[in-house]
Amino acid sequence: MNEIPEVIRTIPLNYYLFLSTALFVIGVTGVLLRRNAIIIFMCIELMLNAVNLLLAAFASYRSDPNGQVFVFFIMAVAAAEVCVGLAIIVMIYRNLQSTDVHLLNKLKW
Amino acid sequence: MTSIILLSVFGIINLFLGFLKSNRILMPAVVVFLAIVFGVNFIDWNQGPQTHFNNMLVIDNFSVAFAAVMVLSMLLILPFSRSYVTDENPHLAEFYSLLLFSLVGAIMMVSYENMLMLFLGIEILSIAMYVLAGSHKKQLRSNEAALKYLLMGSFATGILLFGIALIYGASGTFNISDIASFSSTQPAGLLPMMEVGVLMILIGVCFKIGAAPFHFWTPDVYEGTPTIFTAYMSTVVKTAGIAAFYKLVWSVFPGLNEFWYPTLVAITVLTLVIGNVGAAVQNSFKRMLAYSSIAHAGYLLIALTSFNDRSENAILFYALAYTVATVAAFGVLKLVSDQRGEEGYEAFNGLGKTNPLLAFSMTVAMCSLASIPLTGGFFAKFFIFGAAIDAGAVWLVVVAILMSAVSIYYYFRVVIAMYMRDAEGERIAVDPFAAFMLIVLSIFTILMGVAPGLFNNLL
Repeated sequence: MNEIPEVIRTIPLNYYLFLSTALFVIGVTGVLLRRNAIIIFMCIELMLNAVNLLLAAFASYRSDPNGQVFVFFIMAVAAAEVCVGLAIIVMIYRNLQSTDVHLLNKLKW
Repeated sequence: MTSIILLSVFGIINLFLGFLKSNRILMPAVVVFLAIVFGVNFIDWNQGPQTHFNNMLVIDNFSVAFAAVMVLSMLLILPFSRSYVTDENPHLAEFYSLLLFSLVGAIMMVSYENMLMLFLGIEILSIAMYVLAGSHKKQLRSNEAALKYLLMGSFATGILLFGIALIYGASGTFNISDIASFSSTQPAGLLPMMEVGVLMILIGVCFKIGAAPFHFWTPDVYEGTPTIFTAYMSTVVKTAGIAAFYKLVWSVFPGLNEFWYPTLVAITVLTLVIGNVGAAVQNSFKRMLAYSSIAHAGYLLIALTSFNDRSENAILFYALAYTVATVAAFGVLKLVSDQRGEEGYEAFNGLGKTNPLLAFSMTVAMCSLASIPLTGGFFAKFFIFGAAIDAGAVWLVVVAILMSAVSIYYYFRVVIAMYMRDAEGERIAVDPFAAFMLIVLSIFTILMGVAPGLFNNLL
């Protein structure tokens, strides 16, 4: 714990926690409220990036590289998810000429 | 460990086989690959826990047994993909490769020793499934299933990751045994962060296994996905999810069990009730199977809430019995719906007269799912309830037994349709490999019900 650089220590850990929780909640709200599939997808990315920020903050406060390596993995997986996700959204756009999730109501109850 | 490497290599080889003009070699090739992986997997049996990748994966009897169940279930599903081969589907090699790759993720999920591996396993499994759910590109139902699965799945991943991050913040490690020893000390100042983290991980994993109240995506996705991949989702994905969940609650968070135990019990009861009641009101057979998979997740969760030396074996036996019966049900559904073009109960009318074999194996599967004696499903529930009563959760068992009485109603609707209604369509052509597999599945189900000792107490 004694090797935390001065630059990082100037901002307390709590602030990072609050910021990333706020980002995460904005992401969750967006997923629940928005109708456009692409915006929902962006909100999910926001959630993942909130996690990245949190992990990076914890890792640097603990001077432990594990958390930062985890961030790289999250980034790589998020990229893979974006590939598949955008492909699915394009596929839906070709069939429906729209990306509004409320038009997708063939399956219910 | 070797099985993970082999599956990845075979997946790549299989992609290259896709360059060949004919699709016919693909299915035999995948069967051979899976048989090799199934055999090689048992090299690590009874070798004691071995760690790999800097202590990130641990291979023990638990992971070997569950990996075997999952490889076996893919092997059992394969014969029913025959229609893809005969249609000369241009993407068949990709489908098979994605299944092989997703199996890698499933095996990682049952053998993780580090939260990173849990996350990667879940994602390797899920991303492949997102693609397969949308594999009928022109069909709107398949599109919708893919989008719903993708959005709900990545949403759940986000929540799971936030939980992992909070636990890392509190404990400073991703290693599950370090987290376990940290949480058993009950660190006063960091406890709220741990608890929120545990709760979020619980939510994330419940999303993945489709436990209520996080089950809303399940029926839609299962219904829209092409049947063959639905069978894969409801067997392999569910088995992997439950095994990972079991490991999570009992080797990562045992120190906090006063905190998460009531939550898990509430989730279990809710899953049992919603799954069974939901299945009873369905008119589509496929959608009924989706709700039934929620219900079975509920029964498996009972074993999760009652930890003792019998629960591991009970989960393994249940996963095996459930897999065999579900694959048979989806296999018959696939054959019937391919030719009659329907997925409702009416599609099965008169099947007992036109196709006695299909009707018989469907009946055996339904009896097993409804846990009628002399089938695997009966002893599966028997072991689970036994473990739960040992742990003192008698009222939970009472709820579960009431709910499995409800399940007899919806499972036997299809049996009634097959044997007591008049035939509408003509005979359904069944290729020999699928017919052989249906016979194997029926024999296996009955064997598990007659001689359960063969498959119990393996761990």
